[in-house]
Amino acid sequence: MGGFALATVFASCNQKKGCTDQKACNYDEKAVVDNGTCDFCDTTATLKAAIKENYANMAFANYQDAYNEAVKLRTAINAFVDAPSEATLQTAKEAWLAAREPYGQSEAFRFANGPIDADDGPEGLLNAWPLDEGYIDYTQGGTDYSIVNDPVNYPDITKEVLEGLNEKNGEKNISVGYHAIEFLLWGQDDPDAGKRTAGERPFTDYITDGTASHQARRGTFLKLCADLLLDHLQLMLDAWNPKASDNYRATFLAMDNDEALRNIFTAMGTFSKSELAGERIFVALKNQDQEDEHSCFSDNTHRDIITNAQGIRNVFTGTYTQLDGNTVSGASVQDLIELVHGNMATEMNALSTQSIDAVNHIPVPFDLGLTNETIGGDGPIMKAVIALQSQGDKFAEVAKALGLTISTKLPE
Amino acid sequence: MWFRNGFVPLKKEMRHRKIIIAIGLTALVGVFACARYNGPDNRLVLSAEEGEQLAGGSNNTVFDQSTNAFGFSAPALKGMDELNFAVGNSFFKQNWVSAPASAESRDGLGPYFNARTCSGCHFKDGRGRPPRFDGEEASGLLLRLSIPGVNPYGGPRPDPNYGDQLQDRGIQGITREGNYSIVYTEIEKVFPDGETYALRQPEYVLNELNYGPLSGDVQISPRVGQQIIGMGLLEAILESDILALADENDADKDGISGRPNRVWDVFDQSERLGRFGWKANQPTVVQQTASAFHGDMGITSSPFPEQNCADPQGDCQNAPDGGAPEVTDESLESIVLYVSNLAVPARRDFDQPEVLQGKNIFNAIGCAKCHTPSFKTGIHDRFDNLSNQTIWPYTDLLLHDMGPGLADNRPDFKATGQEWRTQPLWGLGLIKSVNGHEFLLHDGRARNVQEAILWHGGEAEAVTRNFKNLSKAERAALLTFLYSL
Repeated sequence: MGGFALATVFASCNQKKGCTDQKACNYDEKAVVDNGTCDFCDTTATLKAAIKENYANMAFANYQDAYNEAVKLRTAINAFVDAPSEATLQTAKEAWLAAREPYGQSEAFRFANGPIDADDGPEGLLNAWPLDEGYIDYTQGGTDYSIVNDPVNYPDITKEVLEGLNEKNGEKNISVGYHAIEFLLWGQDDPDAGKRTAGERPFTDYITDGTASHQARRGTFLKLCADLLLDHLQLMLDAWNPKASDNYRATFLAMDNDEALRNIFTAMGTFSKSELAGERIFVALKNQDQEDEHSCFSDNTHRDIITNAQGIRNVFTGTYTQLDGNTVSGASVQDLIELVHGNMATEMNALSTQSIDAVNHIPVPFDLGLTNETIGGDGPIMKAVIALQSQGDKFAEVAKALGLTISTKLPE
Repeated sequence: MWFRNGFVPLKKEMRHRKIIIAIGLTALVGVFACARYNGPDNRLVLSAEEGEQLAGGSNNTVFDQSTNAFGFSAPALKGMDELNFAVGNSFFKQNWVSAPASAESRDGLGPYFNARTCSGCHFKDGRGRPPRFDGEEASGLLLRLSIPGVNPYGGPRPDPNYGDQLQDRGIQGITREGNYSIVYTEIEKVFPDGETYALRQPEYVLNELNYGPLSGDVQISPRVGQQIIGMGLLEAILESDILALADENDADKDGISGRPNRVWDVFDQSERLGRFGWKANQPTVVQQTASAFHGDMGITSSPFPEQNCADPQGDCQNAPDGGAPEVTDESLESIVLYVSNLAVPARRDFDQPEVLQGKNIFNAIGCAKCHTPSFKTGIHDRFDNLSNQTIWPYTDLLLHDMGPGLADNRPDFKATGQEWRTQPLWGLGLIKSVNGHEFLLHDGRARNVQEAILWHGGEAEAVTRNFKNLSKAERAALLTFLYSL
């Protein structure tokens, strides 16, 4: 005992004490014994600033892809409404599915106290769901009091009218956005998920004297929704445009580093755990109800989930792969965790890859998968829920270790 | 000193029961312990009590003052419970539809109803209000009905034609029970210091009654939907702590009685302490929730399996139902989990001098005699995060006579027609942020906090008089404190 104590004293007297971590700004190359004084000050500050810059660049690139795909969607919708056919309808549907790919990833920029879900932000006008079909158009056994079929109460269908009707008198009263377009293209999903079919709206719903009624009004409605999608995505392009100086990007870059990081972590944690694992997947599983799935008309919910999870990974790794194959890449949250808490970075990355893997194993179509799975068991959907929930909790834990206390709770 | 003049300081009462009983209640003792004289000019220095900003305790307080302030889950809620909170929320917000419908987990609305969704009357988990115009749907106000006497369980006796609640909506093909309008009379008043104020007295006129006449001796009680934060915490307060505050016969002669309601528990089939609702007429969160489904939305559940139709309402009885029961036990459980675990927002500015001064006035003029600031919860047998929490609800959950001005004259179990449960005050200052109004009291007649105070009569008469006698600055400080809750 006495010998051990002596040896310790001896060693510490002769070996230089100081910061022995090369990544610290006060790294002392002569120090042998780390005395706990490592300061990652400048390095972390520089890195944090670089993370902000890269995050802003990724947001802009991502929204740019979303916008470009929405332009193609509008072109396809105009072609369809002007000359409805099986082929033009199919092209429009494919354009819609393609447009969802970048938009789904961009949702990782939600919940970050940023422009997408600001009080005057366009989120509710872009991606509100689940929607009450009967608010927009005819449904099986529904009433005639839908916007398309009620020319008395809605004589003019204009952008202003449609935007004004969105979420009026109820959260499910959705009149615009991706899912309104989805319903207008696909129509109601068959309540029998076992048929594995998406909605089967006939293209003749858009031909004068074709199927259903008010075909011209329906066509106008659809075209205006495509226009509005562009208007609303344009707001995000403006907010993140690197060439502008009085936009949200400028505010964000000027923001205190830690506040910006707190926003980023809050977003990743909240989106992963509360929105994606909770609202978008578990609620549908627990209720065993396709009314609760994200893209029920097109049966595209599995892609929503995958692109959402990918978006979170993009932010974590600081890399966004654009649709043209180029990447926007730079300093990342992952780098920061690596710098300050190396072991946590390994755990965090493991949960991130595990989440990506789990969402890719969700059965297709999702509505059939959820009715085939035991609630709370260890089926593939529940595994994805748990992985995303663990990922969200870990983001909160890592943030705390970085000195940033965040909440990953959603306002319900 | 702020209490130098202007009102009677109620010294006698302070020395009596409340303080003695409050030995277990650190709050009250703490308030006075924190007021001390120091400094060279011998000024009164006030400081905040430890943890008082954490209204919902360390586990269940959320830091948000936005329009979503009432909508967050308890931060300590984790794992499957956290996931099921999202499920409960989906049921809370969704519109129920009439049966039969493709959406099987959410059909069964009506035949009669007041609202299609929970959030219709508790918008953003917050507070309802009187309708802006006659017949406005689901503003959050409804009318309870009864006739003199009691039902077999000691509760209100329903009107033979209309049951115990006027439902002002019906599903397709079902004629609603009726409608009502409200006529307000403005009453101009003056504070002793000359400042004027006005109160509005409502009168309810029932019309369009579609199922025959109301009983001649019908009793009508308007009730507005309350914010539903911290419900599980209130459930976790020890019954013995609530009963210790009761003083049925006013043994301490302070003019304030405080009586527990004893109500029928449909699960236990026995009488229990009432905690929830304007007259403390519901014993548990689950019964409160199931009863609201039944009475307000016409949705049956295993505790309330019968369609909500009064005897002569044949079309109601023959309407299709959405299964038996319409809300499954599992869905009900999710909703109860949700309602039990909505976090309480933290206090704002709790340590600012004016707030602390206001709090001192709140205690000194007697508000805290019924609006008991703090409790430590016992063990919640379902949710660990609600157990052993020091919470700040500002209620004793007891019934108090509020005088003829506020009376609905409709007894509800042990509550008389003049008695109301002390309202929890947590979240009071955020109702405006969440719901865009601050209509208060059981029928939303008060248009702000000051009007709500001024309506307090009966047992609170002396306290209200004290309030009126405060200086304008003192009244303002008290209100500043209340808005910090």
